[in-house]
Amino acid sequence: MDKKVVIELQNVRRDFQVGSETVHALRGISFQIHEGEFVTIMGTSGSGKSTLLNQLGCLDTPTSGEYYLDGVSVRTMRRSQRARLRNRKIGFVFQNYNLLAKTTAVENVELPLMYNKEYSAKQRREAAIAALQAVGLGDRLEHKSNQMSGGQMQRVAIARALVNNPAVILADEATGNLDTRTSYEVLVLFQKLHAEGRTIIFVTHNPEIAQYSSRNIVLRDGKIREDVINHNILSAAEALAALPAPQDD
Amino acid sequence: MSLINLFKIAIKAILNNKARSFLSMLGIIIGVGAVIVMMAIGQGSKQSIREEIQKNGTNMLTIRPGADMRGGVRLDPSAMQTLKQADYEAILNEAKFVNKVSPEVSTSGQAVFGSNNTTSTCYGESTDYLSIRLWQVEEGLFFTEEDVKKSAKVCVVGQTIVKELFPNGQDPVGKTIRFKNIPLRIIGVFKGKGYNNWGMDQDNVIVAPYTTVMKRLAAQTHFNSILCSAVTEELSDQAIEDLTAILRRTHKLKDSDVDNFTIRSQQEWMETMSSTMDTITIILVVAAAFSLLVAGIGIMNIMLVSVTERTKEIGLRMSVGARGLDISNQFLIEAILISLTGGLLGVLFGALLTWGCNTLIGYPAIIPMWSVLVSFAVCVAIGIGFGYFPAQKAARLDPIEAIRYE
Repeated sequence: MDKKVVIELQNVRRDFQVGSETVHALRGISFQIHEGEFVTIMGTSGSGKSTLLNQLGCLDTPTSGEYYLDGVSVRTMRRSQRARLRNRKIGFVFQNYNLLAKTTAVENVELPLMYNKEYSAKQRREAAIAALQAVGLGDRLEHKSNQMSGGQMQRVAIARALVNNPAVILADEATGNLDTRTSYEVLVLFQKLHAEGRTIIFVTHNPEIAQYSSRNIVLRDGKIREDVINHNILSAAEALAALPAPQDD
Repeated sequence: MSLINLFKIAIKAILNNKARSFLSMLGIIIGVGAVIVMMAIGQGSKQSIREEIQKNGTNMLTIRPGADMRGGVRLDPSAMQTLKQADYEAILNEAKFVNKVSPEVSTSGQAVFGSNNTTSTCYGESTDYLSIRLWQVEEGLFFTEEDVKKSAKVCVVGQTIVKELFPNGQDPVGKTIRFKNIPLRIIGVFKGKGYNNWGMDQDNVIVAPYTTVMKRLAAQTHFNSILCSAVTEELSDQAIEDLTAILRRTHKLKDSDVDNFTIRSQQEWMETMSSTMDTITIILVVAAAFSLLVAGIGIMNIMLVSVTERTKEIGLRMSVGARGLDISNQFLIEAILISLTGGLLGVLFGALLTWGCNTLIGYPAIIPMWSVLVSFAVCVAIGIGFGYFPAQKAARLDPIEAIRYE
């Protein structure tokens, strides 16, 4: 593999002060993620996966060690520099969608581009529509967030993560709030994005999801316990088709 | 983020919470409304005082006994009796920039006709009085030089006297009333002038020759004041200088003595009255401005609640790339917009109150344009001042905690 390295962690540690005690959330994490990988990061609660996600998402900086995102060192960056980096290089998908209330799908998707001066209002809207079409919501552009189902909301959130054409999409338990069928629908979408060459990091505690990704990293107590390439990627579309037909309601 | 987008977001946030936004504006609306109406009343009063003074002729000069009293201490009573017949004659004969002179003596008392009586003031004047004060006789005639010379027992009365003493519509001209038991024959009636700004009934007057009032009614040898007309308004200052020189001579004042009389032009009167009104206006406006301060604190309170309520939104915005500055600008603009909208509604509210003042109460009130502009400027300042703290609080949120806030 001589593909570009998108993410590189070198012995990343993160300590928190809780009262007089120091909690070591990450105890020296090192890995590289190349362009086009679909990586699941797994671990039980307390394993440090949320802390790792915050590091990868440039929401936080390491206590020690180095983190390079797309070749740029994040550790020494100021808050506003990291905000800019998130805006240009990262697309977040959250467990509970985090859409703006009483706001249409297009406006929600436009949000990241609002903080990018290079986009005009027209370009912003065009990019948002394209992203919504890519997630199969081309016919729900003007629907407000409270008029959509969970699956639709999560697809709007994915469109929002795509709209800035990021170096990496970070999904945090992106199927955690969805039923089985909708979860598979969302996984189908992630696999489609993977097939299109996008780099995806999917943080989850659900071991099933690892079967659909190209690589699986397991954390325990702030350390990497397992880092394996998945040579037998299952198709989420097939799994979806195998599900019993939804009952009419 | 661009300013236009920030405004769009702010407008949306305000509209999403209409009731709360309106309630937080209410303080500003009332505060600005109060400031506007106070300023309008101040301005209106000033203007009507001006008009009142102008009605009495802008070139009128008033000579009063005693030194300038503005902010001073009243000296012994004899100092108040310095204006004498000799002064009047000297002015008549020598004054260059004055073409009308009337000494004034006044005394209050009861006017009686038949079974009716009323309390009034009798002014003793010369024949120049009408043209100095720009008054008009509606019925009958004003008294003549002859009447003055003979201290004739004649008078000209105002409308209020007519109304009080002749309630049955009799023609007052030719009737003889008694004032302080002295019979005075009415030879004329003044045209009505109404109340002046100090609430004084300008029609409750009896004007008689000054000689009559001095000798028969007041029994005094000094004048209460001397009224003059400068030839033109522009010559008022020169007239004052000239009159001062004449009076200093007739009063035999040494160079080291201060004037024992005061000459005021109408301009000075206007200035004095205006500055008094200004002081009153400032006090009222400052009181109203305090309510704006309270309103600002109200906005700050609501914005703080709003920041807490929208913690998750702030976290989301930060995670998709909003910098602290973007977030603080967003909340600052929202605060400014609330305050400015409140200001706009407040100006309308103030205009409504002013209109009510004019039409319902009949008190003259004029909204000065600059007070509207100042109100808007103050609203922006309140928005920035009281929005700053909540905006900073929002900007300093940790995106990790904010996004997971429930």
